[in-house]
Amino acid sequence: MRKGMLGFFVACVTALTLVLGGTALAADTIKLGVAGAHSGDLASYGLPTKRAAELVAKEFNAKGGVLGKKVEVLAEDDVCKPEVATNTAMKLISRGAHVVLGHICSGATKTALEIYNKEKIVVMSSSATNPELTQSGRYPLFFRTIASDDAQAKLDAEFAMNVLKVKKIAVLHDKGDYGKGLAEYAKKFIEESKKAQVVLYEGITPGAVDYSAVVQKIKQSGAEAVIYGGYHPEASSIVMQMRKKNMKTYFISDDGVKDDTFIKVAGRYAEGVYASGPKDTSKNPLAIAAIAAHKQEYKSDPGAFFLNGYAAAQALLNAIQKAKSTKGEAVAKALRTHAVDTPLGKIKFDKRGDAIGVGFSMYQVKNGVYVEVPTTAGAAKKR
Amino acid sequence: MDYFLELFFGGLTRGSIYALIALGYTMVYGIIELINFAHGEIYMIASFTALIVSSLLALQGMTGPAVLLLTAAAAIIFAAAHGFTVEKVAYKPLRQAPRLSPLISAIGMSIFLQNYVMLAQTSDFLPFPNLLPDLPFVAEYLPFLGATEFFIIVTTALVMVGLTLLIKFTRMGKAMRATAQDRNMAMLVGVDINRTISNTFIIGSALAAVGGVLIASHIGRINFYIGFIAGIKAFTAAVLGGIGSIPGAVLGALVLGWTESFATGYVSSDYEDVFAFVLLVLILIVRPSGLLGRPAVQKV
Amino acid sequence: MGPIRRLGHSLVISLWFMFLTFPIMVPKVDTIEKTVQWRWDNLLYVGAGSFFLSLLWRFLLERKERGPFRAAEQEKKPVAPTWADRLRGNPRALRSVVVILALAVCIFPFLPFVTTYQVNILTNAILYIMLGLGLNIVVGLAGLLHLGYVAFYAVGAYTYALLYYHFGVGFWTALPLGALLATLFGVLLGFPILRLRGDYLAIVTLGFGEITRLVLENWGEFTFGPSGIAGIPRPGLFGMEMNLHEVTIYIYFLMVGLCLATIFVVRRLQDSRIGRAWVALREDEIACEAMGVDTRMAKLTAFALGSTWAGLAGVVFAAKTTFVNPASFTFLESAMILSIVVLGGMGSIAGVALGALILILTPEYLRAFSEYRMLAFGVIMVLMMVFRPQGIVTGVRRVYTYTRKGQDGKET
Repeated sequence: MRKGMLGFFVACVTALTLVLGGTALAADTIKLGVAGAHSGDLASYGLPTKRAAELVAKEFNAKGGVLGKKVEVLAEDDVCKPEVATNTAMKLISRGAHVVLGHICSGATKTALEIYNKEKIVVMSSSATNPELTQSGRYPLFFRTIASDDAQAKLDAEFAMNVLKVKKIAVLHDKGDYGKGLAEYAKKFIEESKKAQVVLYEGITPGAVDYSAVVQKIKQSGAEAVIYGGYHPEASSIVMQMRKKNMKTYFISDDGVKDDTFIKVAGRYAEGVYASGPKDTSKNPLAIAAIAAHKQEYKSDPGAFFLNGYAAAQALLNAIQKAKSTKGEAVAKALRTHAVDTPLGKIKFDKRGDAIGVGFSMYQVKNGVYVEVPTTAGAAKKR
Repeated sequence: MDYFLELFFGGLTRGSIYALIALGYTMVYGIIELINFAHGEIYMIASFTALIVSSLLALQGMTGPAVLLLTAAAAIIFAAAHGFTVEKVAYKPLRQAPRLSPLISAIGMSIFLQNYVMLAQTSDFLPFPNLLPDLPFVAEYLPFLGATEFFIIVTTALVMVGLTLLIKFTRMGKAMRATAQDRNMAMLVGVDINRTISNTFIIGSALAAVGGVLIASHIGRINFYIGFIAGIKAFTAAVLGGIGSIPGAVLGALVLGWTESFATGYVSSDYEDVFAFVLLVLILIVRPSGLLGRPAVQKV
Repeated sequence: MGPIRRLGHSLVISLWFMFLTFPIMVPKVDTIEKTVQWRWDNLLYVGAGSFFLSLLWRFLLERKERGPFRAAEQEKKPVAPTWADRLRGNPRALRSVVVILALAVCIFPFLPFVTTYQVNILTNAILYIMLGLGLNIVVGLAGLLHLGYVAFYAVGAYTYALLYYHFGVGFWTALPLGALLATLFGVLLGFPILRLRGDYLAIVTLGFGEITRLVLENWGEFTFGPSGIAGIPRPGLFGMEMNLHEVTIYIYFLMVGLCLATIFVVRRLQDSRIGRAWVALREDEIACEAMGVDTRMAKLTAFALGSTWAGLAGVVFAAKTTFVNPASFTFLESAMILSIVVLGGMGSIAGVALGALILILTPEYLRAFSEYRMLAFGVIMVLMMVFRPQGIVTGVRRVYTYTRKGQDGKET
């Protein structure tokens, strides 16, 4: 039996090698690679983009494809881990992806870009917000349909100082790549403006069973507002414990919190929380159509970064169409010169790869939904 | 002083939470010397069961303490059933195996259970209703403590007393202690080893279920991944107190909870876990078998 | 057991599993919309599935019980030779197997159907063989349960990343430096834990692993925190420009070379004085001390030498991924490396190699199952342990027999 087991394993591996090796020689299609967390604890951030890509591909195929060829979506999981992202990127290249939509997390994106760069493949992310990705100039073929962390941190900090007019701010983060980056920028903006003071700057431990000590510390510091960089699970715990302790401190956070799950989890305690997020485009007919298509196909509401992913997929396929080629440089040039109608509005990309006109707005939870609030001084209503 | 007290009670709550999970770890370790990595997942499954049952009851229009009782009962039954089954499937065939093999089997089981719940339910965070009753007298007499926190601390204390009595005075408890001391000898004097080990898993899992209901009510959200982090912390607490010792697990958990709370309050939460682990290392250097653990007698 | 009773037993088991999985598998509650979705078909699948699996399970378990290992244990007879033992006893066959393997390893990247991806995941697996062999020194040979191995891996990776970032140090200079630093780290951490035994040692090493990761995460000024260090160069070859495929193949052969070096050194260590001391330590600490072995020294060297390989592997990891951040060095990673050692067979080099190939390549090949990937992976881990508790390849325990003529005959 032991011999049999090993033999069986070897046979399996060989068979799979042959099968997987064979797929690279598949029919002539335009291959749209989609990489991101499709399993694991961050899957809820990666799956909506994958679904968006599938919907966009279906839409293009219904209209006759791109350059007369069918669009094929190649989805690969990277669990948001840098070391897995290398494998994912190589797998996509081996499978012959022409352009890639992804990755979801900034760390994984950075790693994977080193590989795509060598192969001159255009990559567009719907959610990687690390400023370096576009600002360093290292990755000329990288684009994104979401604004970077520093823009968001600036909005959060200015909103706190100019609109809410607070003087003492506590800046917290979840020690993660995204959260800490945002918090560092927010802290820098506040200190440079000299309009307010950072009274507390700390990283909390994600996944802890209880945040009462941090909440006590916020209370002790006398902060009037909390700016939190991170995702919604921890944010909801902190907000709930703050409100249970009858603290009226403003809570301002980022697009990791501007997620309906946050409201579902925090329930009535979510009321009044501010969160910045991509500009509200829900009135855009293309956005309405995209969401309707998602509902029809998957019988549920789309999740985080769905519209960004949708726009990115459209922009990529459109650029191939316009460039009449799948060559990296040609596609990149088309992305920079031809504007395209997407659920995020009419977008094209600047030199660095950021989408022009994609920015952030501030939202507040009112009666269980996020409502856009003005970000100019004097317009805010007291809660 | 107020600040100190608030941190103190925060640490006490946190410690009680760890204790409920650590008890299961320590019991299993005491009896079969296995670090049961799947224990955290049992706690997670209990939380999911509790959420599902309480939502179903709420949909039937049920309210009040009845919901809490039924939910807790369901969580305990299903968690115990899972603990029992996991032992039968993944550990029992490995009784005679080299010492590390069950550990790897436990890690595999933990990965399996996480993914099973993720696929059968969801990968998103789910809101968990606060099932615990609102006790008005708590706010009056103990202003630093919420009703939930009070409930957690009291339950942990009761559970610990109950468990100590069970182990000290019942037949089952005696069998457990005998098996823990010397499995072969216990077998010779007529203790049903398989049954005793199963009982240990059942009781440990039931305690994790109590923890699951309380903690989920306290945090207000669950997902398939919560068992992992809670498991590591509880394991640390169990070792800190001296693994295999029941009062040790509680003491270790409380020390861990306080360390984390005070470290956050007076230093920085950046290094909260670093403090916890440094404390662990220091204590084990001074007392190599934990706070209340008996030094292992080396048999020559 | 008669067939009817067998079926009855399986029926009971299938009913039990239907009950057990009921709350998780059947109802799915939407707490917002206040609706419940009852998935009764799942219950059917669980029932039918567990019925047949329990039949198979019992069949296989009984086979295992009747197998050569159990019989030998009861009758105190030498274990019947397995394929690995038979191979070991036959040097010619062994040599031809080694030659075939070496050839396969060499031509693998040039086969027509092998893509960059295939080469890359194999390189990854070889990296883990190296890590597994390093941990094998500590766990398999010296018998010290080490749950924080990943800390030394991180030390190696960050050594290269930081040295490159600040001083532009190249891969080849960083490689020995990373190994050296990891060794030093191993000695430093080894000292306080000399007194600890068994699982207390395990938890303290786990603590060290976590502390290292948390420090990397929080000490932003030094390590650049969670955002990590990007753009670490891949190893160069005399300044040659290589495309992605070439560089992957280059790293592959580099890894094969390093791995061979590891195997060579570990084999030598095993047979050395210190190696014998480790094995003695593993078997019985007190007896070992009584025989005059310096157990403190043996423990320290095991720790230090084990860490060296982690440091080397870390440098290669940084060069291969071109990016390091603390998220790659979690406890789960340590657990994975430990699983490689135990699953492959403690103390056996071939076992560790097989373990690494299985545990690292399986999740990649299971990509076809998409979201069921990790579920299957967990099941495989449990099954391998249940049906092969001593690992795939059992470590060789040398037995010296006394023969009348006064010659020491060696038997395996």
